[in-house]
Amino acid sequence: MKETPLSNCERRFLLRAIEEKKRLDGRQTYDYRNIKISFGTDYGCCVVELGKTRVLGQVSCELVSPKLNRATEGILFFNLELSQMAAPAFEPGRQSDLLVKLNRLLERCLRNSKCIDTESLCVVAGEKVWQIRVDLHLLNHDGNIIDAASIAAVVALCHFRRPDVSVQGDEVTLYTPEERDPVPLSIHHMPICVSFAFFQQGTYLLVDPNEREERVMDGLLVLAMNKHREICTIQSSGGIMLLKEQVLRCSKIAGVKVAEITELIQKALENDQKVRKEGGKFGFAESIANQRITAFKMEKAPIDTSDVEEKAEEIIAEAEPPSEVVSKPVLWTPGTAQIGEGIENSWGDLEDSEKEDEDEGGSDEAIILDSITMDTGVEVSNIGSQDAPIVLSDSEEEEMIILEPDKNPKKIRTKTISAKQEKAPSKKPVKKRKKKRPAN
Amino acid sequence: MEGVMRSDAKICGESGTESSPRGLGCSLRHFACEQNLLSRPDGSASFLQGVAEKSREWLIRNTCEAVVLGTLHPRTSITVVLQVISDAGSLLACCLNAACMALVDAGVPMRALFCGVTCALDSDGTLMLDPTAKQEKEARAVLTFALDSVERKLLMSTTKGLYSDAELQQCLAAAQAASQHVFRFYRESLQRRYSKS
Repeated sequence: MKETPLSNCERRFLLRAIEEKKRLDGRQTYDYRNIKISFGTDYGCCVVELGKTRVLGQVSCELVSPKLNRATEGILFFNLELSQMAAPAFEPGRQSDLLVKLNRLLERCLRNSKCIDTESLCVVAGEKVWQIRVDLHLLNHDGNIIDAASIAAVVALCHFRRPDVSVQGDEVTLYTPEERDPVPLSIHHMPICVSFAFFQQGTYLLVDPNEREERVMDGLLVLAMNKHREICTIQSSGGIMLLKEQVLRCSKIAGVKVAEITELIQKALENDQKVRKEGGKFGFAESIANQRITAFKMEKAPIDTSDVEEKAEEIIAEAEPPSEVVSKPVLWTPGTAQIGEGIENSWGDLEDSEKEDEDEGGSDEAIILDSITMDTGVEVSNIGSQDAPIVLSDSEEEEMIILEPDKNPKKIRTKTISAKQEKAPSKKPVKKRKKKRPAN
Repeated sequence: MEGVMRSDAKICGESGTESSPRGLGCSLRHFACEQNLLSRPDGSASFLQGVAEKSREWLIRNTCEAVVLGTLHPRTSITVVLQVISDAGSLLACCLNAACMALVDAGVPMRALFCGVTCALDSDGTLMLDPTAKQEKEARAVLTFALDSVERKLLMSTTKGLYSDAELQQCLAAAQAASQHVFRFYRESLQRRYSKS
């Protein structure tokens, strides 16, 4: 689905508001939206909310052979995905310009700034190194994806623990979390992106633009900085000319913002660490605000399954016994079977027996497959069975001419129903096979 | 229409030895859900059931198609996006629950609500409801059912592993019992959501 375009009056309104130093959500020029960080139960899994923008960060690791020219360095891999969930305009599986731009910026911000000690990820030089993969999913798009994504990536990396390994001679042993505590990555610094939106050829500036503001902005400056006020990446896009003073001013603002955000990240990490240590509850379930009206929780609940056996027995007792199946299948190789050899074709019989099976399964307790019985009910099919032979032999055209609103539709429906009912049983086995495939 | 699905793992003290063979597995882990948490999609819900990766689109799609009254919306595409955040077992069931909640949140007319329940049978035939990832791995058979809320009838079933027809019926009966609980959860969370008019 295409993005709904912004109307001219909306655009004018937004720009006028910015000229008057007002923002639609009541923020000041340099204000960030609220940042919320929550962690999953697994290490390296977090959700970062920046206002309504939400990014899910997940880190995973794998032992691989290193790149030829960097035998002692681990591999870092970043991948940001914009799913359709975030905004209807994002097409799945398509590398849009925005996506490419964001991914490159993230890589420059995190990999090229050497925030992670890649040498510590080496297990056996030239043979085995850790590949750390950071997956970022945009869940909801309300502007400033890059800031939210960079925070999510940093938080996920800081939170992540990789399994411990030991090397004895040529042997590499990987320990499960039960055997040895997983080890955190060694992180040198935390680069965080701060976005500045420019309007009216750089006359007006806003920090952390939301989606609406992004649509009317002229240019964007993204500064990645760590808390030591070291600039890791700087990128200006949108084709505006910025003066030296403007860039310096932005870097000053960025320094303040980064310090705040870093502190918040550290606090969140400490909090999570504390909860885990104390054995308290953690994970996304805990981060759902319970007082919210849209949220609801229910504790673990026992289910009484004492009568299950009787019920099952009842159903089986009520059902007709399954028809005789040809015994002695011939097994040629594992996974194949042949039923009978040199016997007459009995496929017709087999189909019949399948039908019966179907009926048994449908004994009221359980399986009847919805739509057929539901829509038109029993009544209609009864009527159908009474005068079915006549109806079916009639040509459809004739029926169309007779203007009896009550009768006609019923007749036609009966026809389709009877056809469906015949088809349904033979369809089912095929369906089942289909279903199994994705599960494997 | 889009839905987020999230779940994360919670292992509810099941390490103790149980005397009754049934008691052990026959409970549902805690539930939590939050609706309308995203601003851009029409409807969204996050659903946590004691639990991540891509999954069984086809099964979910078929289940949804069975209940959504598509005829009311000609020329409309309904997209359900499920994002799995982590997998602590019974993933498909959790996906189904999340999809249903998201559809409800989006206000899509449906013939009935649906829920997913996973049962696992271990090597000595013990039935477990809502198995954790570990239980699922060790199980002899894993069965997942989708049931509708009106008549508690089967909308979808998928199974893996070996089981007898008696066991299938047992699992189905257990799933029906468990579905009551899930539907009660749906009802209560919606009641809460619409408690202020």
